[in-house]
Amino acid sequence: MATRARRSSGVGPRRILTILLLLLVAVYAGVAGASQWAHPKGKWTPQLGLDLEGGRQITLQPIVGKGQQVNAGQVDQAVDIIRNRVNGNGVSEAQVSTLNKSLIVVSLPGNPSQATLNALAQSSQLAFRAVIQTQQIPVPAPSASSSPTSSGSATPSSSSAPSSSSSAGATQSSTKSSSASPSSSPTSTASSTSSGANDVLPQAYRAATSASSSASASPSSSPSASSSASPSSSATPSPTASQPARQLPGARPQPTSASDTAWGNMPVDTIWVDNGMATAGETYTQLFDAFPCTQAQHAKGTPPVANWHEVAAQAPQDQPDVGCDATTKYFMGPAEITGKEVSGASWGQTTNQQGNLTNTIAVNLSLNGAGTSAFASVTQRLMQYSYQSDQNRFAITMDGSVISAPGTQSAITDGQAQITGNFTESSAKTLANQLKFGALPFSFKELTSDQVSPQVGTDQLQKGILAGLIGLALVVVYSLLQYRALGFVTVASLVVAGVLDYGLVVLLGTTAGFRLTMAGVTGLIVSIGITADSFIVYFERVRDEVRSGRPLRAAVETGWSRARRTIIISDLVNFLASAVLYVLSEDTVKAFAFTLGMSTVVDIVVVMMFTHPVLTLLARTKFFGGGHKWSGFDPDRLGARGVTYAGRGRVTIAERKAAAGAATAVEGGEA
Amino acid sequence: MPSFAQFGNDLFTGRRQINFIGRRRTWYTLTGILLIVAAVGLFGRGLNFSLEFKGGSQVSVADVKNTANFDQRAHNAVQSAVGSSANLEVTKAGATTIDVQSKKLGNGTSADTDKVAQALAKQFGVKPSAVTTQFIGPSWGSSVTHKAIQALIVFLLLLAILLSVYFRTWAMAVAALVALAHDLFFTVGIYALTGIEISPATMIGFLTILGYSIYDTVVVFDKVRENTEEAVRSGNRTYAQAANYAVNQTLVRSINTSVVALLPITAIMVVGIFLLGPGTLLDLAVALFFGIAVGTYSSIFIATPLLVSLRHRESSIKELDRRAKAFQASQSSVLATAGGVRHTPGESASGVIEPERAKAAAAAMATRTRHREIHPLAKRDDD
Repeated sequence: MATRARRSSGVGPRRILTILLLLLVAVYAGVAGASQWAHPKGKWTPQLGLDLEGGRQITLQPIVGKGQQVNAGQVDQAVDIIRNRVNGNGVSEAQVSTLNKSLIVVSLPGNPSQATLNALAQSSQLAFRAVIQTQQIPVPAPSASSSPTSSGSATPSSSSAPSSSSSAGATQSSTKSSSASPSSSPTSTASSTSSGANDVLPQAYRAATSASSSASASPSSSPSASSSASPSSSATPSPTASQPARQLPGARPQPTSASDTAWGNMPVDTIWVDNGMATAGETYTQLFDAFPCTQAQHAKGTPPVANWHEVAAQAPQDQPDVGCDATTKYFMGPAEITGKEVSGASWGQTTNQQGNLTNTIAVNLSLNGAGTSAFASVTQRLMQYSYQSDQNRFAITMDGSVISAPGTQSAITDGQAQITGNFTESSAKTLANQLKFGALPFSFKELTSDQVSPQVGTDQLQKGILAGLIGLALVVVYSLLQYRALGFVTVASLVVAGVLDYGLVVLLGTTAGFRLTMAGVTGLIVSIGITADSFIVYFERVRDEVRSGRPLRAAVETGWSRARRTIIISDLVNFLASAVLYVLSEDTVKAFAFTLGMSTVVDIVVVMMFTHPVLTLLARTKFFGGGHKWSGFDPDRLGARGVTYAGRGRVTIAERKAAAGAATAVEGGEA
Repeated sequence: MPSFAQFGNDLFTGRRQINFIGRRRTWYTLTGILLIVAAVGLFGRGLNFSLEFKGGSQVSVADVKNTANFDQRAHNAVQSAVGSSANLEVTKAGATTIDVQSKKLGNGTSADTDKVAQALAKQFGVKPSAVTTQFIGPSWGSSVTHKAIQALIVFLLLLAILLSVYFRTWAMAVAALVALAHDLFFTVGIYALTGIEISPATMIGFLTILGYSIYDTVVVFDKVRENTEEAVRSGNRTYAQAANYAVNQTLVRSINTSVVALLPITAIMVVGIFLLGPGTLLDLAVALFFGIAVGTYSSIFIATPLLVSLRHRESSIKELDRRAKAFQASQSSVLATAGGVRHTPGESASGVIEPERAKAAAAAMATRTRHREIHPLAKRDDD
């Protein structure tokens, strides 16, 4: 009501000030409203970004083979699925967003475990494939002596836990860390051993699930430089020699079912050729022989093991594939059931024939109609082969690696499938969740992973605010020195701008999910200088007008009409810069550009609606209008005294002052 | 600061003028030398890119009570965590923070980085929550750089259009963009010469410099435009003089603005160096500090002189110069009659006559040409 009273009594500048006041009230009413009624409830403080609040932020990059494209729809779909998985894990306030169109940023408060993070980004492409052929993975001879570092901790086969296997890998990799990227040099395969904790998330998952119970020499933990007896080094040439005739076009018998061994003579899919794992025209049998399950089987000169597994995960569904579990290499037919046919997933202990619970943990799948009939026909077909023979089994693969490969005793027609791999409770739960929320269109690898401690974040924020306050104080001191009392107008304007900025940041935090990061804070601090500059441009213009002999009231108006143009164009340029940055950049740059752009707009609002009206009002007072010594508009200090040639009809303040001084001898006597 | 205010007054009234435009060849030479030095740094030494661009891991341990022998202790902790402490850079940032950086910790995976974090927390006796880790895959930096360059090109294109439309002459847009390119190149050159690390935050800083540099140039050009429009109307100054006068008139503003913009940035730098250690805040502040200083230099010494160089061959400008010379020749004879006051530098550089002389000249003119129909100085009143 007070505002209304002021409005009715005010004119011009007062009205503008009232509108500004209403604007401020509106912003803070919005904040108050959000804190009362919004869901989730808004706060009176800004939402802080991860770097200030503490937490884990990972950037995920889709793994795509050569020639594959990632489209925006797939990325959006992936974001939704990852978000579901995060929420399924009960993590609150997690953020999942896209970056640069193809990257996905996941921000989680607190310090989530690596396994949780890996599970989020796991592609979870489930497939049921009929097994055509298997091969035992030879247990490599322990060759700890080949570990070149002094640390003797790398005992191969010591344990199967993924964490220790990765430490074994660590020892090797430190020998010659010539290349950080797995693809750059085929020989530096140490980085992609076992651990799975390497960049490729599905690998990590595989290690976590399959290695958990196979206490026998988990082959994955063996050092790379082991025996040359691994079949992969010699196996390649032999099949080629034995079957040159079959490579003639047309001579190949077409496979009749997914279990048909004729698949072995079919040429491999182009994805293998494109990634340098096979040459065009090679057959799946050759691929099966060459495929390295472990580092021990890896042949020099071929892509790193991790790459083979990546490609296996991406192999087309309608083509055969090669995959491994802890002990066996499998050659499998085309996928007959995929994750899409899964309608539900749960996990629990299995029951034995007596109906008692066993210690084995299983993931139970319910298939939908199409899946049920497909599963029935698969199991019926597999029954034709003798029990526990290779072709009697079907492999359940997740992202290219085999989780389990049970034999078939009877046809399953009710659409209920049970997977008993080597699950622990948590890995079974994770898998069930992944199956329930659907498969990501592709796997991701971790591009960045930042863990910010909340302590450090708070510390950064406090010191950032300290820096801002010091900067503000310096600006205030400088303006007071330069502009005397006028400096207070600068200070008041900066305060108004600050109050408006704060309100907007809080309001946007609640309504638009804007989070203040360190880069954003920096943007705000930098904007102090830019905002102050608008006042400088304005004041200098007014002073110029006073210097050329205009009385202050007129000088404020003419100075404003000229300064306004400059302020608008320069703010426009600034706004353009931040808008371009905002649109084209990501993450931290975006936050910086946002606060900078916002404070540019606030700057215009404050100059137009606060500084100018206030100056107009002040010019009417005796202190400023009369050009008091400390007002910052003292014509004597501004050198207007000498301006006696002021043109037609111009009376300078100095002249008026001199006249007044002569008449009353009260003021301007010292002029 | 009475002397500074007096300086501003003198620049405005023309009692004191700095001949920016007239000595433009000197500035061009100076700038050329500076740019060559920057180029030598840039192509000779190259840029020192931070972890984010090269990939690797960084672990920062905050609130360390006892930092004695931190280098050896950090090496030991890393050695025990991942088996090797080769390629490790251990630094102390601020008073209580230990930074450990490596191109590759263990297997070069984020899991190994986390293991190192735990080991370091134990070694230095802090809570695990006081440790910040950063793991960056090798391809991260290129995507950041790619985006920044894309933003740069789009910004420059939009800017060229905006300026051409606003100032209604392409010469101003070209001069502003050249000054901009100078600022960017020179700032990057400083980074190359000093070997300061370039992080993504520094890149943000570079992009902000663009906005700031243009902003500064626009303010000066706005005054140039105002002065030259007046010169065209009255014909009392050449284009170069009007531009020089504008630079002098906005000099105080340029200095004030730069100081005011640099003050908060300096505050950030001081806090950053002594309290925070390297990070977004410090990296940005350093980039902006150099950028704003260079931007102020270029708006005064490069943009406006270049504008005059670009335009002084235009026929309309030549015509204006001819008129102004004729006017000033007649005026100088009048001034000579008035006599008494010494010649001011502003007369030749900016075509401004300081007020006292102008008054004397006007008086002399009035007596000498009382019978003339048109007062030769009458045009001065038009504004």
